[in-house]
Amino acid sequence: MSFFPVYEQYKNMGIENIISDINQHSVLRSLNKNILTIEDFAALISPSALPFLEQIAQKSHDITRRNFGNTIQLFTPMYLSNYCNNRCLYCGFNRDTQIERYQMSLDEIDNEARVIASTGLKHILILTGDAPKKASISYLKSCCDVLKQYFSSISIEIYALDKKGYEDLIQSGVDGLTIYQETYNTDLYDNLHPTGPKKNYQFRMDAPQCGAEAGMRNVTIGTLLGLDDWRKDILFTALHASWLENHYPETEISIALPRIRPYYGYYQPEHQVTDQDMVQMIVAIRLFLPRCGITISTRENESFRNNILKLGVTKMSAGSSTAVGGHSLSNTQHNQFEISDTRTVEQMVLFLEQNNIQPVFKDWERF
Amino acid sequence: MQDNTFELGGKRLSSRLFIGTGKYASDSMIPDVCRSTGACVITVALRRVDFNAITDNVMQHIPSHMQLMPNTSGARTADEAIRIARLARATGCGNWIKIEVITDNKYLLPDGYQTAKATEVLTKEGFAVFPYINPDLYVARDLVNAGAVAIMPLGAPIGTNRGLRTEEMIHILIDDINLPIIVDAGIGKPSHACQAMEAGADACLVNTAIATSEDPILMGKAFAEAVRAGRHAFLAKSGGTSQLAQASSPLTGFIQNNEGLS
Amino acid sequence: MIITINGENLTFDKEVSIMDFLNIKKITPDSVVVELNQEIIPSANYHSTWLNHNDKLEILRFVGGG
Repeated sequence: MSFFPVYEQYKNMGIENIISDINQHSVLRSLNKNILTIEDFAALISPSALPFLEQIAQKSHDITRRNFGNTIQLFTPMYLSNYCNNRCLYCGFNRDTQIERYQMSLDEIDNEARVIASTGLKHILILTGDAPKKASISYLKSCCDVLKQYFSSISIEIYALDKKGYEDLIQSGVDGLTIYQETYNTDLYDNLHPTGPKKNYQFRMDAPQCGAEAGMRNVTIGTLLGLDDWRKDILFTALHASWLENHYPETEISIALPRIRPYYGYYQPEHQVTDQDMVQMIVAIRLFLPRCGITISTRENESFRNNILKLGVTKMSAGSSTAVGGHSLSNTQHNQFEISDTRTVEQMVLFLEQNNIQPVFKDWERF
Repeated sequence: MQDNTFELGGKRLSSRLFIGTGKYASDSMIPDVCRSTGACVITVALRRVDFNAITDNVMQHIPSHMQLMPNTSGARTADEAIRIARLARATGCGNWIKIEVITDNKYLLPDGYQTAKATEVLTKEGFAVFPYINPDLYVARDLVNAGAVAIMPLGAPIGTNRGLRTEEMIHILIDDINLPIIVDAGIGKPSHACQAMEAGADACLVNTAIATSEDPILMGKAFAEAVRAGRHAFLAKSGGTSQLAQASSPLTGFIQNNEGLS
Repeated sequence: MIITINGENLTFDKEVSIMDFLNIKKITPDSVVVELNQEIIPSANYHSTWLNHNDKLEILRFVGGG
């Protein structure tokens, strides 16, 4: 049982084409329902829904508050290693890019962790490139042993693994998995990943499911918005999240919304994703999946992040760096992508509190 | 969209109103109620023959075209339900069985765990199992896995006629469970049945409300009409009217009209 | 011999088959289902199934129910 046949079934039904055919009556009907289907979601992300954006946002705000309270969970990414075997056209760590490759030693990780922990953060997201021999499972397990002393929750955003691989890492203290399909468009995916293990579309698509089966407490999925028409990609993201929720009801499923950012490379994204588009995505997801987490990273600028706080977002990164050892190492490594919101954790906390939102540092304790 | 017949448990049915045979002032009313409701499915119970009483056999009042759904009322455990089911099938009435496992005499609420156990065994023996339960999502999921043909959640405790007290929970089942949902017990008025069908239930089972009314034949007709009305409303889906007023502090006011990638 | 039928102990002084008993009680065979010592007896065997001392017989029929 895999999501791929479901994806294919909906793709063959031409579900992305129905978005342009939706009229305002359908939007209103979907907006007023309490339990929405994927067809309702398509209506809410259609251009016809734009005149109702404020109403959808109000409902999204209400649902978020009822399910999550006036809270936003904070975390930060820690880049452990930027060695990579893939040549993803859109990525700053692309194997062909002439950047310095680095992988932190356990001591350096300890130092980086201490710096991050001093800001009060308890949830950490560790990232590596796709280099299983270098950033191996055993390396990652050793990293977890260090990080466990500082953080109550460790999530991973690394190369796709199978169930056994995730089980192994869970044993070392990992409880969250983040993995993006990048784009659900199979042809585009094939072009964007010319060589390397990541080229295997289905293996990557199965990874969130493997994580859930292995026992991950949280699984976050998403696409890199801007690679393809965002409406199509978000439609399949929502379908995927809904499928995961239905099949793994014990796992908390979240959707992240990374919008493509300038980076050290040449790839020009084909599609625009405006602030209005981002808002529409957030509020539509909230109505379709009332208990799904929604994550916004520091790819987005300060002003945008401030304005979307009350729309349905539940998790945000703060005090971020996308360079290896970016929180502590003095030699500046290359970033995977440019950060936009450069506020420190302290500044974020202050802003949240001023806006009646409780920043949540710790949401879990290992036992 | 026409919705004249539907498939259930290997049979094609033309009515979404199921009826019972209990509590009638006289069993001789049953054929007329079958007619006025247009029902296809009728429940019966299995009991020891009482040698001292000259009892009518309820079967002689049930038209032969009706699909019989014997229940396992009296069973307090899965084993007892299984035994009753096998006995019922031995009468030659077909393989349908409604599992009712009730240990509690005060409220007559069903035991979900025993029900799931019985469902699993009986499904393997080739029965079409219709389990009667409290609308509990996890019990329902267990029943799906056990091979049940439909789920029969109660609207309110048996005989109370209190309507859909468990409405929210039934909605969850309708939304989440991939089996027909037949609301059973507690339906006291035709409007309750209409409400259940409007929300997306696949059928309603009504016994007490018809049998104990002043005019069961007419009440049966009312229920049939209510079930049809609710079903049509569900299929037609009400048009959208916005229930949200414009808020005084807009959440999306910050969006600029002309903007590119930020 | 003593046979428990529908929970009641009844005494018989000669051999009796299930069909005999149904006839005594004027019960139509195809209106009931019969269980002898926890085993269902097909109606075709009513004639040939003899009751023994300490047997437990259950004779059931459908009644009104919800």
